[in-house]
Amino acid sequence: MVWHRDPSGKGGPAVISLQAVALRAGVFELREISFEVDRGEYAVLMGRTGSGKTTLLEAICGLRPVASGAIRLMGQDVTRLGPGSRGIGYVPQDRALFQTMTVREHLAFALVIRKWNRTDIAARVTDLARLLGLSALLDRKPAGLSGGESQRVALGRGLSFRPQILCLDEPLSALDDETREEMYALLKTVRERTGVTTLHVTHHLGEAQCLADRILRLQEGRVVGGRLA
Amino acid sequence: MIGGLYIFLIVAMVGADTFYTSPRHLWEALRSENIRFALKLSLISCSVTAILSLWVAVPLGYLMSRYRFRGKGVLDAILDIPIVLPPLVIGLSLLILFQTPPGRAIEKLVPITYSVPSVILAQFAVACAFAVRTLRVTFEQLNPRGEQVAWTLGCSRSQAFWRVVLPEARGGMLTAFTLAWARALGEFGPILIFAGATRLRTEVLSTSVFLELSIGNLEAAVAVSLLMIVTAVLVLLLVRWFGTETLLGKAVRP
Repeated sequence: MVWHRDPSGKGGPAVISLQAVALRAGVFELREISFEVDRGEYAVLMGRTGSGKTTLLEAICGLRPVASGAIRLMGQDVTRLGPGSRGIGYVPQDRALFQTMTVREHLAFALVIRKWNRTDIAARVTDLARLLGLSALLDRKPAGLSGGESQRVALGRGLSFRPQILCLDEPLSALDDETREEMYALLKTVRERTGVTTLHVTHHLGEAQCLADRILRLQEGRVVGGRLA
Repeated sequence: MIGGLYIFLIVAMVGADTFYTSPRHLWEALRSENIRFALKLSLISCSVTAILSLWVAVPLGYLMSRYRFRGKGVLDAILDIPIVLPPLVIGLSLLILFQTPPGRAIEKLVPITYSVPSVILAQFAVACAFAVRTLRVTFEQLNPRGEQVAWTLGCSRSQAFWRVVLPEARGGMLTAFTLAWARALGEFGPILIFAGATRLRTEVLSTSVFLELSIGNLEAAVAVSLLMIVTAVLVLLLVRWFGTETLLGKAVRP
């Protein structure tokens, strides 16, 4: 089944567009995955544990090859492009913070790689830290951070280079209820301030209902779904 | 309880060495020109070996831990050869290798057999295998996800390796260096066969122990053994202290 973009969408080319993507990983395979996410939309991809949500997200980020089909980001075919050329801010489920780096170095990392000058990096780090409530933690290392703080650092690292697309893999799964509520608010603020198009993977319905413009469901190797009212 | 017995055995062995010898014997050993040379050559050759081992083991360990490729099993088995092969056989194999036409060609350019390079090569042949093992385990224990995130942030593979993977592998690199150094210090069989035991030329501390024993000078042999123990402990403590200083220093830096 192919799911088509809602005609009442915001218009313009879809920011994320998958066309008949097939991929295999271990015991399961995903076939004919097609969906689109519009500019500035917050899409939540749901599915049971083991349904292949993470695998699909990795394929979109360029970390896993697809067997067939095409992935287009901002109208460009990126199916064969490496992860660094796709311009996606990626927040993996386990956050994967760099253990030897401070929070400041995390936020600056992508900018140093892009050879930004020092003043611009410092300004960007200050802005991001303020947005994500990390200003007091800039010199800490991951070992000294709580779950919520780590999550905000991972989010900041992904947002630092101003990507057009943000991919979040179960970003709230390991958090307690209170921190989760804070993260809902933070994710909404990030979206308002940056206008970043987001694809958020979760198995938590409440999370989807709270955040999503569009819910996509991964069932039996296919994606179905639509825009929320 | 059983663990305690083992620890007792270790302490008892070192204790026996200490009580068998006297400060006078130690002093005499240190005054001997031969033994001073052996000490110097041991320190230099072990350090060179450990650095070379690390240099080779980092890419090899990374390759073995992160990539799947055809012939990996064979490569894995080859890397185990220096660990399982009797040391004497390694020495003999090195000696024979440098008797083959390619080996002789190398000897014409740089004299190896029975000279200092042969000491280092004999140590390296064994020590490096241990460094590779250690670093392989180190890289296997690192979360590959960090590297993947670095790629999505715009890093090339080599940038991700140098900026993310290697700093996180620092502890393992330190262990690999220490292990290679200690293996090199204890290396004896291959050195004896491949480098010989020429005084003031290829004599290292382990060879000194053997030479002193072979002329029936047990006191001197024990004194040199004790010297080896002290040197090893000092160097290992220094590396550990220096390593953890920098590790901790970075971890708690305000």
